[in-house]
Amino acid sequence: MRIKSERDFWAGLMFIAVGVIFAIGATNYSMGPACPPTDHCAANLWARLSQLSAHPGAGYFPLGLSIILAVLGAVVLFKALTIETEGGDKVGSFAWRPLVIIIVAISVFGVMLEPVGLIITVPVLILIASLAGDEFHWKGVLAAAVVLTIGSWAIFVWGLKLTIPVWPWFAR
Amino acid sequence: MDLLHNLGIGFGVAFTYTNLLYAFFGCVLGTLIGVLPGIGPVATIAMLLPSTYALDATPALIMLAGIYYGAQYGGSTTAILINVPGESSSVVTAIDGYQMARQGRAGAALAAAGLGSFFAGCVGTIIIAAFAPPLTELAFKFGPAEYFSLMVLGLIGAVVLASGSLLKAIAMIILGLLLAQINTDVISGTARYSFDIPQLTDGIGFVVIAMGVFGFGEIIANLGQPPEHREVFTKKVKGLWPTRRDFMEAWPSVLRGTALGSVLGVLPGGGALLAAFAAYTVEKKLVRNPRIPFGKGAIQGVAGPESANNAGAQTSFIPMLTLGIPPNAVMALMVGAMTIKGIQPGPQVMTSNPQLFWGLIASMWLGNLMLVILNLPLIGIWIKLLTVPYRFLFPAITLFCCIGVYSLNNSNFDVYMTAIFALVGYLFYKLSVEPAPLLLGFILGPMMEENLRRALLLSRGDWSTFVTRPLSSGLLIAAALLIVIVSLPSIKKKREVAFHDAD
Repeated sequence: MRIKSERDFWAGLMFIAVGVIFAIGATNYSMGPACPPTDHCAANLWARLSQLSAHPGAGYFPLGLSIILAVLGAVVLFKALTIETEGGDKVGSFAWRPLVIIIVAISVFGVMLEPVGLIITVPVLILIASLAGDEFHWKGVLAAAVVLTIGSWAIFVWGLKLTIPVWPWFAR
Repeated sequence: MDLLHNLGIGFGVAFTYTNLLYAFFGCVLGTLIGVLPGIGPVATIAMLLPSTYALDATPALIMLAGIYYGAQYGGSTTAILINVPGESSSVVTAIDGYQMARQGRAGAALAAAGLGSFFAGCVGTIIIAAFAPPLTELAFKFGPAEYFSLMVLGLIGAVVLASGSLLKAIAMIILGLLLAQINTDVISGTARYSFDIPQLTDGIGFVVIAMGVFGFGEIIANLGQPPEHREVFTKKVKGLWPTRRDFMEAWPSVLRGTALGSVLGVLPGGGALLAAFAAYTVEKKLVRNPRIPFGKGAIQGVAGPESANNAGAQTSFIPMLTLGIPPNAVMALMVGAMTIKGIQPGPQVMTSNPQLFWGLIASMWLGNLMLVILNLPLIGIWIKLLTVPYRFLFPAITLFCCIGVYSLNNSNFDVYMTAIFALVGYLFYKLSVEPAPLLLGFILGPMMEENLRRALLLSRGDWSTFVTRPLSSGLLIAAALLIVIVSLPSIKKKREVAFHDAD
């Protein structure tokens, strides 16, 4: 069994995994009362199902959705193993450097903004983010950092009146 | 007549100084992001949503709407001049538009696009004004079963009319619906999937997902590709006006495109992109012997799709404004904006907030006018912007997205969540699964669940209620038909050909 479409293979796997995880989680929540308090429990399965649906609980919709998702994922996976595509539909290489740098940059922003304010966080963010590009020239990056710090203060704090800490904690 | 009276209210609202200012700002910003590839109206509107806290509802929505159709105009400009469609719906314009530019007829192409879009925008505005009240009447007949089925139709429609694998797109919708389940259940009060993290009990903000997947994911994907070289036509765009002959050839296409776009925009999942593709196909079929063949610079290939995509953009407001159901990702964010301002989107908006409703519609027409005035003379400036190297652009975009996400709730948690979704977004890109259906499913998730459970409660657990009630069954049948039609091999081929043409 060869993988005919790499992308679809992993996509199908992803859908199945998410579906299963959410399904397991959904079982923690009530599906609704099994038999309604005022009625007796119905005899056959179909009627039981109907009684269950009469008062859907918190887990009802998520369980249904996760089952559908897992099934769809299985179909995508099946097609990935059976239907021919040109060139195997490869996933290709991951752009590790931009990926890691951007994620680090965003996380650093999240960590730094409240303690040290915009005035330090923005240049740091620009510095880190620029490392993800193809070229890195100090002059350009520093100029961009200055322009963007002033610009974002002007637009977001002065213009749109958002409450974002600007100065570090010792200067407030 | 009621229509004129309503439009009168609308123009009264739209012509106030503040609203004019915000409309103008929205149009300028929209054109800007339409011109810049790599950032689209979804990410921009998501970025600006926090700022709507500070504004009143009407100017906020006017500005956001201006961004939406401003982006349509901007996208066409770059599609024609450098064969880089700034917006997905400008992909079709690039086919013939770029060829016209290479032949020195860029001015005619830009004018055809601009004037055709303006005409379509006017017609679209009138249609909204005329059809909104009767549609709202209809909406009052909808019960929870009907709403649920309508949302199903809307989601299915959005998927089948888009590109890419149907199956994976439906799975993405389900994934989006599922992600929306991370919240506190409205009916029973149970906190679901929150893993004891208090910030998760309110659910993940849709701006967080939108920015992470669309904004950052796109940036990472772009950075992962080697830099390409593009031929830029920044030399003088002279001869702005089309010749007489160009006019004669183009105006039937404008009419056809407008009609097509107006109809398709209303459909869920329709809107600008589908309208543009459909118009191009129609033009190819109807214009048998164009002076210049299609694909080599036929003005009909620019005028038709451009009018269609603008008409579609206008009329896609209808389902959002009248029924509260967003037909595409941008409208979904508008629904979000209205909710932030405390306005419940739906049929009652028209009666409870007439100034907002009609003011928004009137300002759409105004926005179109502003855009024609903005775009035709200022093309040179927009193009200069394209020369800003990407290495300055993407940190700026990253910064604005981070600030935007943070300012939603002044929460670091949201920023970290966005980082996670940036990873997820890149993963989606690599696996070629569409993120837009996920966003749509995510926004509609809570509404769908609420309506489903209410419908089941009312019918005492009887699932057949969805098919025995006439309106509801009609909607579900339409959804099923859509899936069947698109799965048929012949249509499948046509769909692939249509998307392949644009590659």
